[in-house]
Amino acid sequence: MCLCLEVEGMRQKQQKIRHNSHPIKYYGKGIPYVQDTEVKGRLIVIEGPDASGRSTQIGMLTTKLEADGHAVLNTGLRRSELMGEGIMEAKEEHMLGRKTMSLFYAADFADRLENKILPALRSGYIVLADRYIYTLIARATVRGLNKRWSHQLFGFAIVPDLIFYLDVKAEELVHRVFQKNTFLDYYESGADLGLSDDMYESFIIYQRRMAKEFHNMQKRYNLTLIDGNKPILEINAELQKRIEDFLNKQ
Amino acid sequence: MTEGRKDFSIDGKLIIVEGIDGSGKSTQIRLLEKWLRYIGIPVFFTEWNSSEQIKEIISIGKKKNLLTPTTFSLLHATDFAARYERNIFPLLRAGYVVLADRYIYTAFARDVVRGCSPEWVRNVYSLAVKPDIAFYFKVPVEVSFDRIVKNRPKLKYYEAGMDLNLSNDPYESYRIFQGRIIDEYESMVEPEGLTVIDGTKDIEEQQELMRQKVKEILPQQMHKNVPMPGS
Repeated sequence: MCLCLEVEGMRQKQQKIRHNSHPIKYYGKGIPYVQDTEVKGRLIVIEGPDASGRSTQIGMLTTKLEADGHAVLNTGLRRSELMGEGIMEAKEEHMLGRKTMSLFYAADFADRLENKILPALRSGYIVLADRYIYTLIARATVRGLNKRWSHQLFGFAIVPDLIFYLDVKAEELVHRVFQKNTFLDYYESGADLGLSDDMYESFIIYQRRMAKEFHNMQKRYNLTLIDGNKPILEINAELQKRIEDFLNKQ
Repeated sequence: MTEGRKDFSIDGKLIIVEGIDGSGKSTQIRLLEKWLRYIGIPVFFTEWNSSEQIKEIISIGKKKNLLTPTTFSLLHATDFAARYERNIFPLLRAGYVVLADRYIYTAFARDVVRGCSPEWVRNVYSLAVKPDIAFYFKVPVEVSFDRIVKNRPKLKYYEAGMDLNLSNDPYESYRIFQGRIIDEYESMVEPEGLTVIDGTKDIEEQQELMRQKVKEILPQQMHKNVPMPGS
């Protein structure tokens, strides 16, 4: 009897999480050869600077979503099969210009979008993306590239269902970075921008500029700002609640 | 690539060639280069898909047939930007005559035929300066076919446009694909101001036409070194 009820309960839950398919939505012109695609999955993006706790949160969210019976795909920047290594090499050599790097990242992102994210969404996965186009746009903008150019460049990106930005104060970030490493990362400190000889100061200025760009994009891209200065569990509870509310609404 | 900065002056000249494979454009621009060097003009030559870092990635992707039209387009744009930021633009600023074997119009034609949005592709390349002269070598598909393909046992996958599923026969696919690229070029001739060269004419005759046109735009100070006919 008890067992029957439990099975019934599970059945109800299964039904609740079955997603309706909906046509794919792009920011701009989109991908013309992938226009009339229906997707069943959901795309959830977690944005935030290094050491903002993105991967911790994604790990916890994945565990919970899978426990609830969802198929989950994790994907991040710089993980495409085709270009992952190339990006690292070029970065190390400091060989490429800013526009070149921007296009390179866009190519890498497109590869992941078409070969990983899109197929997963088609088959009904919840895709948890560790950063998305917003980081790429913010980086390019901070480095002086035309914003409109960047926005149009990523017109082929799929509009996510939810976008969270973990907002952490630059001073707090520094401490978190130093808890992980003994040094500040070259690019995450904006050292290529020549902001200051003092790496600490450079990091603070750079991260503040990046945060400002995210705040600027909040409305345009419908970013949900999450106070990332709070304890991990508290943040996780908030993210989980928002995601559950969204999934239940469907 | 120059967005946000309009306060620069470009002393050099940018001359580019476009056309389908086998249209003879590479032969012609190489001859132009030899001539310019011979008369003592500072020249820089650059060609499509040739930057060290990116070329390798593109070739891996092609071998594995991993490229979608969008990644194909963006990787070529990355290659272009790498050459543009490192060579083309600074050399133009320094007063060189920069010769490019294929330029942004190659992307406008190919990527659009592959299925990318024309507006999107144009935005990607909105970073590049317009050439002073853009030669378009016009040949019928059959001429290109005879020059390039006929004597080869096998066609490359992307070269034949096999990713477009036009035909299972690579040779037939090549014909259709190149035909569509020609259509795109043709539609650009007027709006983009391409100078059309009949690629079926004799090599010497085509070269003579090009040199005449180039002489017109060489700056005075470069020009004085150019031996004029009869002088």
